[in-house]
Amino acid sequence: MKAVITVTGKDSVGIIANVSRVCADQGANILDITQSVLSEYFAMIMLADIDRLKIPFAEFVDTLAALGKDMGLDIHAMHEDIFNTMHHI
Amino acid sequence: MLNTADILETIKMIREENLDIRTITMGISLFDCVSEDEDRLCQKIYDKITTRAEHLVKTGCNIEKEYGVPIVNKRVSVTPISLVGGTLSPEGYLKIAHTLDRAAKTLGINFIGGFSALVQKGMTTGARNLISVIPEALAETSFVCSSVNVASTKAGINMDAIQLMGKTIKRAAYLTRDNNSIGAAKLVVFANVPEDNPFMAGAFHGIGEPETVINVGVSGPGVVSSAIARAGDCDLSELADVIKKTAFKITRVGQLVAGEAARRLNVPFGIIDLSLAPTPAVGDSVAQILENMGLESCGCYGTTAALAMLNDAVKKGGVMASSHVGGLSGAFIPVSEDAGMIAAVERGALTMNKLEAMTAVCSVGLDMVCVPGDTDEAVINGLIADEIAIGVVNTKTTAVRVIPAYGKKVGDTVNFGGLLGYSPIMELNSYSPAKFIARGGRIPAPIHSLKN
Repeated sequence: MKAVITVTGKDSVGIIANVSRVCADQGANILDITQSVLSEYFAMIMLADIDRLKIPFAEFVDTLAALGKDMGLDIHAMHEDIFNTMHHI
Repeated sequence: MLNTADILETIKMIREENLDIRTITMGISLFDCVSEDEDRLCQKIYDKITTRAEHLVKTGCNIEKEYGVPIVNKRVSVTPISLVGGTLSPEGYLKIAHTLDRAAKTLGINFIGGFSALVQKGMTTGARNLISVIPEALAETSFVCSSVNVASTKAGINMDAIQLMGKTIKRAAYLTRDNNSIGAAKLVVFANVPEDNPFMAGAFHGIGEPETVINVGVSGPGVVSSAIARAGDCDLSELADVIKKTAFKITRVGQLVAGEAARRLNVPFGIIDLSLAPTPAVGDSVAQILENMGLESCGCYGTTAALAMLNDAVKKGGVMASSHVGGLSGAFIPVSEDAGMIAAVERGALTMNKLEAMTAVCSVGLDMVCVPGDTDEAVINGLIADEIAIGVVNTKTTAVRVIPAYGKKVGDTVNFGGLLGYSPIMELNSYSPAKFIARGGRIPAPIHSLKN
């Protein structure tokens, strides 16, 4: 199972480091990162393997959302199935 | 493999275009609760609902969190209570309404539907007793919704029942006069009612349904509206394709959520209701879709044609995305729950006459329409009879959810708040159909050959 983590907001030092740390702490293995900064606006999409997650996925979603709140960012983790279902037959 | 554009499209639909799952509704059969003893019946109903749906809200919340798609309502529908209550007295039926309300409160769900009667051909004592206390049931409870099916294409139109409904609606509005007559907003009069509809106020668990079932209603007018705006000046064949593709994507999300909910709750999956259900939020409007298709205002000439195309394309796109489709499936056009419809009424572009015509080509019918509080009972009966006749003759579901807002007149506004929204009072033709209605009896079922 994979999760798509999206991070958007004002650019600052350590965004990737902090998000990656939460992933590492909770056992989510990062598979891919797409990231861009457009006039101080930071946008990142991360694909992570969540098979070995140490906590329930819903809790992982909350943890990342809380990190986003602390850093003034919008962080959402969503199960990949919603994208697969919508875009692939 | 996922690509960035797909991910961004989905996220945009959810965060900017109000894509949501409108409801996960668990249908629960109450046939095995039947008992001669009133208190025992109520206890069994309470126990069954609270046991079967114990994890409904939590499961809904978890799915919402994991997939990142809002699930706005978690609801329960039950077997039409008139079939379970048998020969209970009116007071007994009222007691069941309170029991349903208590169960809904315990579960933390948004609504419970099924305080209902099916009287398309005639009325049992139970149905009559239930209908007689609908106003009190809606006034004294918070979560209970009620519906009455008064006609079907096979049975014709039960005009005696319609006569009763005008009175019932007015009384429901009167008893909740301190709260914008909201009682009438929780009561629907149907023709050809579907038995697996997850939407309120008309949801109930039909007689051919399993013990328990999960039905899901999708939404997403905002997504369709934005897709049409992006499509630019294409012709209507292309536009129909755009709507179909969008409806497909929306419905796939519904199918995913329904499948997950059914699996986690260990309850069979019933149907997806392919509906465009608006909310009063800006951008989440069916009227806006019609306006993006090229109408100056919803309600102008061309509205019925545009709506017919929209309704058809939504079904065509959605059908392939789901394994089972049912319920009301189509575009909803409630007045108070749709910011674009409200605006069209306010600017005088959308009248009752046009609204009635629109209901002939789309899902449901005259929905969340606020009319003057002093409207004559016979006028409401006539309004119901017309709408029901459209459904019966065209072999489709139609419904009336009309609110004669107590003390309000044309020019006033009623504000229900939340998803029920607000609405200006709409003007009705006040010439009287009283003599026609007073004849009672049944309008025979229509013939299905010699179609003209």
